Amino acid sequence: MDRSAIIEQLTEIMIDVFDLDDLEYRDDLSAADVEEWDSLSNIRFMVAVEKAFGFRLSNSEIESLDNVGEMVDLIQQKLA
Amino acid sequence: MTDVLTLPWLLPAPADFRARVRALKSAETVKAADVTTLAAYGLDLSQLGSLGKIVDARREELRAEGRLRPVLLGVAATHTVDLVAEALPATALRHGLLVDTVQTDYGQLAQAVLDPSSSLAAAKPDFVLLALDAASLGLARPQFEAAAAHEAVQSALDYVASLRDGVRTNIGAGVVLHTLATPAESLFGSYDARVPGSVRWLIARFNQRLTEEVVGDSDLLLDVAALAETVGLARWHDPLRWHDAKIPCALDAVPLYADHVARLLASARGLARKCLVLDLDNTLWGGIIGDDGVDGIKLGQGSAKGEAHLAVQSLALDLRRRGVILAVCSKNEEAAALIPFREHDEMVLKEDHISVFVANWTDKATNLKAIAQALNIGTDALVFLDDNPAERERVRQELPEVAVPEVGDEPSDYVRLLSLAGYFEAVAFNDEDRKRADMYQANAQRASALQKVGNLDEYLASLDMECTIAPFDDLGRARIAQLINKSNQFNLTTRRYTEADVAAIQSDPNKFTMQVRLVDRFGDNGMISVVIFDRGLDSWHCDTWLMSCRVLGRRVEEAVLDHVAAAAKAAGATRLTGEYIPTPKNVLVEKHFEKLGFVQTCERDGGGTTWALELADYAAPALPMDIRTTIAFAA
Repeated sequence: MDRSAIIEQLTEIMIDVFDLDDLEYRDDLSAADVEEWDSLSNIRFMVAVEKAFGFRLSNSEIESLDNVGEMVDLIQQKLA
Repeated sequence: MTDVLTLPWLLPAPADFRARVRALKSAETVKAADVTTLAAYGLDLSQLGSLGKIVDARREELRAEGRLRPVLLGVAATHTVDLVAEALPATALRHGLLVDTVQTDYGQLAQAVLDPSSSLAAAKPDFVLLALDAASLGLARPQFEAAAAHEAVQSALDYVASLRDGVRTNIGAGVVLHTLATPAESLFGSYDARVPGSVRWLIARFNQRLTEEVVGDSDLLLDVAALAETVGLARWHDPLRWHDAKIPCALDAVPLYADHVARLLASARGLARKCLVLDLDNTLWGGIIGDDGVDGIKLGQGSAKGEAHLAVQSLALDLRRRGVILAVCSKNEEAAALIPFREHDEMVLKEDHISVFVANWTDKATNLKAIAQALNIGTDALVFLDDNPAERERVRQELPEVAVPEVGDEPSDYVRLLSLAGYFEAVAFNDEDRKRADMYQANAQRASALQKVGNLDEYLASLDMECTIAPFDDLGRARIAQLINKSNQFNLTTRRYTEADVAAIQSDPNKFTMQVRLVDRFGDNGMISVVIFDRGLDSWHCDTWLMSCRVLGRRVEEAVLDHVAAAAKAAGATRLTGEYIPTPKNVLVEKHFEKLGFVQTCERDGGGTTWALELADYAAPALPMDIRTTIAFAA
């Protein structure tokens, strides 16, 4: 799965999970940029990613992420 | 069958779900029908959250429309329940409720419940869910001394009981207690079951004693243990979510958990479904009776298909035995449709188990309306089981309030799906329930007696009615509360009272209460009317007057008036007053007081009318029934 396809799918997931009208993807997007992105919706986000891409994220993987770009890297790495 | 966590009895969410929610966000007005249509799909946590936000934003508008029953649920938990709280407002729409939640602060459960000035108490919730986990109850670690094991269970039960009592006394709300999910892990393996004090033993013992000794008649029980087992314990528990955020179950399981909470609250409000309407061909038996004949249909032992249909019949019969009414709605010639009931040896369902039998070529939506009418219940009390997706779709379009389980084409799945859907969630099981199906049966016979007699007075006289009127008592309380909470049509004021309220009214000397029963030659109708008057010096005011529509047109209301009029006169009052408060469902009684000879005194603020009857002008009518008053005019 190439990076742009992952980004496209991830953007859809974020729109659903954070209940957004629209989302302009950037690699450095993080919780600080999205009002609805709090600790609980972050868990919903992680579970939605697990479900969509078919793998499980460990707690240390989740805690290592600083922005969405790193999430895309992680997904790419896990799917490789 | 697909995954139970996706709520497989519901249609999956459509591709345009998000767009439809967004359209509601900017819509000028939002009606109950707009949001309930979307809630009827099997939604995931995010979808429930977005729809829930619409409900939150439009709560006042939806409340004013009056179609959904508002419920404020307090959640007092020892773990994170925010996700459940987010999922509930949308989930509850499926069950006719407009739910809002109020939570206790983290770690403040006992204070919130035990302090009458807590913010939880101030919010005046209708119900409080006490969501405690095994860890907080001291049951998450083994106790290998037998005495300590028993002590651990005892003190957990004592703690829960004290919180329950606290909610009752300090908050005055109904209490929802829940069992504990068994952990997915063992310590000894199978031997856990034999070690007093293993965690599995502790939790099993706690659950058993909780349901037997702690949960009272006026409490609600959410059986989380059974729910978790249905899902599968390894799937239910997600240790990462527990360690990370004290979320008590896997996120995927939250929509199902929320649905179980909502259906329980709905049932407590009298909104559980009442009648299962069954299709025949390929639902109650395999094949088409009109084509295959009675020897050709698949039913009974010996084939997987035949046994699957037999299981559907057995479930229907068991539901009937617990008070669910059965009806048939089939596209068939009636004569052909009846043949299996009369001639097939393996039919579990017999003709007289079916309260209304409709087999014709009219469209099913029209027939379902006729069935509801014949039974004097709303179409929103119906569940329609049909193997044919086209029929299901048509009924969903025409009558969205009818529950139509998405059963697919494998009859072996039908029993499980019908059970998972929880349409007939109960909060009590009493003699009235046991007899209900027979009562509705007797009603059908009464209707045919009416046709034969033709004249109403003669008909009523022929019923040999005996009407018993008594003040509220302990024995009748559960049924009184049940009627108060579920009667919608013949209900003048639609005031809802909990069992605790009813107990308070019973012992209040300023109230005059009546519970009314009716027996006739076809059977015992049970308690069919509940009336509460406020005694004043000069005039008595009607607070509550409701009656089961089953006995409409029997002149029971005249017997009730006669009784209260006599009591008021004897107490020195000169006038009875009453009011009619309109709701979307009670137009039936708009002219109730007028018919009884009351004179309208004015219009109520916010709709409705007020009425008065001068007792000097009242003359007791001759009624076609024996009237028995058990305790005359008791205070």
